[in-house]
Amino acid sequence: MNKVVEKTVLSENVVKLVIEAALISRKQSPGQFVIVRTDEKGERIPLTIADADRENGTITLIVQKVGTSSCKITGLNPGDSLLDVSGPLGRPTHVEKLGTVLACGGGVGIAPLYPIARAFQQAGNKLIAVLGARNRELLILEREMAAFADEVIVMTDDGSHGRKGVITVGVEDVLKREPVHLAVAIGPAVMMKFTALLTKRYSVPTIASLNTIMVDGTGMCGACRVSVGGKTRFVCVDGPEFDAHLIDYDEMIQRLNTYKAEERKSFDGYLKSLS
Amino acid sequence: MPVDTLDLQADRNQEWRSALRGRLSAKERSALPRVKMPELDARERRMGFREVNTGLSEELAMQEAKRCLDCSAPTCISGCPVNINIPGFIKLIEKGDFNAAARKLKETNALPAVCGRVCPQEIQCEANCVYQKMKKPPVAIGYLERFASDCERLAGAVVVPKIADRVPIRVAAVGSGPASLTFAGQMAKWGFQVTVFEALHELAGVLSYGIPEFRLPKSIVRSEIAYLEALGVVFERNVIVGKTVAIEELRDQGFRGFFIGSGAGLPKFMHIPGENSIGIYSSNEYLTRVNLMKAYQFPEYDTPIVRGKRVAVIGGGNTAMDSVRTAVRLGADRAMIVYRRSEQEMPARIEEVHHAKEEGVEFLTLTNPIEYIADSEGRVRQMKVQKMGLGAADDSGRRRPVAIAGSEYLIDVDTVVVGVGTDPNPLIPRAIQGIEVSKWGTIVVNEETMQSAVPDIFAGGDIVRGGATVILAMGDGKKAAAAMREYLLGKFPGS
Repeated sequence: MNKVVEKTVLSENVVKLVIEAALISRKQSPGQFVIVRTDEKGERIPLTIADADRENGTITLIVQKVGTSSCKITGLNPGDSLLDVSGPLGRPTHVEKLGTVLACGGGVGIAPLYPIARAFQQAGNKLIAVLGARNRELLILEREMAAFADEVIVMTDDGSHGRKGVITVGVEDVLKREPVHLAVAIGPAVMMKFTALLTKRYSVPTIASLNTIMVDGTGMCGACRVSVGGKTRFVCVDGPEFDAHLIDYDEMIQRLNTYKAEERKSFDGYLKSLS
Repeated sequence: MPVDTLDLQADRNQEWRSALRGRLSAKERSALPRVKMPELDARERRMGFREVNTGLSEELAMQEAKRCLDCSAPTCISGCPVNINIPGFIKLIEKGDFNAAARKLKETNALPAVCGRVCPQEIQCEANCVYQKMKKPPVAIGYLERFASDCERLAGAVVVPKIADRVPIRVAAVGSGPASLTFAGQMAKWGFQVTVFEALHELAGVLSYGIPEFRLPKSIVRSEIAYLEALGVVFERNVIVGKTVAIEELRDQGFRGFFIGSGAGLPKFMHIPGENSIGIYSSNEYLTRVNLMKAYQFPEYDTPIVRGKRVAVIGGGNTAMDSVRTAVRLGADRAMIVYRRSEQEMPARIEEVHHAKEEGVEFLTLTNPIEYIADSEGRVRQMKVQKMGLGAADDSGRRRPVAIAGSEYLIDVDTVVVGVGTDPNPLIPRAIQGIEVSKWGTIVVNEETMQSAVPDIFAGGDIVRGGATVILAMGDGKKAAAAMREYLLGKFPGS
């Protein structure tokens, strides 16, 4: 049992939870994730660790309401507990001093991007963040990013905050303007796909962190498999980060939709159970 | 491990047992027919996940126990990887003291209710039964093992044996599958302080996530775990050794010996076109969704599964049989085993093949998939297969399948389960410094002691063997326990 010690609503659909997880807080590095389960009947859900506090023995998870499991998690309040939290899983981000690093985050993908961007900044890189969201209300962690980033560029689909347009517009401005030594893209699969296409044109090495469907998260099941450079790789043990220019995004997007119908059915039932 | 023949003889020479032997002649005993395992009707089985074999009645068990000749030099024991005193427990059944029979089993085997169900007795103890020489069916040792331990459990008569003097040495098992559970039970009985670390939220490894309810009810696994807890074994769930906590930290916490039983986690795929289409699962994923996550009870449970109507399972082992029989229970109209060799070469237990056929599973042998064809959403719709012939024997002694040119054809499928084996899980070997890892990713150990290149680290089960059976893993756990005990008592004399 892992107790929720703090809850912050970041936007209509996104909640930040600080969870007691002493061992994991001491072991985690940027880029790693945990698997959580809310209750006996719950799924095993992979969530990237957005932050950790070694002294207090807590980790921070940022979760977007999408379906049954994510609503069960975002519905937790301080004092409630997650039944299981295991990790840290996946390979940590390889952080080194390269020069200029461009951190591109879309939607709730900004959450896993945050500790990675901070680590690159702390390693002595110039850190430029490009953050994208549908509108001002859905943009998360802008202030936190701005606290360490050399520059933060905000893009919203409706222009309600920052510049109007998709994230790649902001990314391309930077690529045109100055040399970038590494790009990190985390967000919806489509966003990562187009960001990667763009950075490839500019020959900027790019990594993407993938959030595929998982069950065990320890290399046992293969649910999370993706094609990278024509080879099947497991996101849980080989990733979650891969060369963004080699990922087969279309296959990944299809696989993310495996249980679309089941998820809807489950969610309808869940909403009914609440009313 | 050598069988202590003196103990066996003393056991056999007890007065009651000699008297029991005298009641029937060997001729009378050997004239009795082998008992048949009662089982659910195949139609009923298809409807749910109830256990297929329903177990022997007291009457049937005592009758079968009479068949055992109580040989003076029993050969059956040599076929058992954990050296159960087989005639010893069987004669207690014949005598009618079922709980004593269960205790006799537990002297050497921490998990008899599991072994009685999933061990391949036909190639182990029963293959070495004296009846084989007489060209008669062997004593149903597996059925009797199951009977005795079920009786004890159902009667609530489980007795925790007296623990030897407490040894103030902490040891850890990594993973909680059959190898680790056996290791833990043995060390606890010898008085060591044992902690088992499990990565998942549920204990027992393959016994929980892999073997289906209809072959091994989870309530039985839970009671075997409860027995180990009563022996003093501590279980820690959601701890991934090498990730959540390092071996070095456990050493700092005072752990003096480690047993790695982390299993053969990584599923193998065939790397043919279309294999990442939706609806194509590894057998590990398919079985884990159903067994561990209870996807067969979706949406009451949150984890979903594709409930295919035309399901092909690739492979011919027990895991493939478990998968295809699971597909039947999830409502498949057509459930197929697709296997590249012939039925004769199938590694699955004959009983599993037989049960699968009764349940309506089709066997497409000498057939191998070469491509999957998906629709516009990426869901698998067809499978291109190739007919195979059998060539000369390969390294495994089985005849090598050879593709027949021009024999390709299409089969309609909406779910495919790839059950062609697993590779060792890389997490642990990656995380432990100084350990020797083979080119297959298995941990290299001394075969006699199961000790690795790092003296305080022992290993067994699939992380060493690369893919074997529950009972061989248990045998490793036992061997490792004996060797670790000697190592630790030598290193810390006076403990």
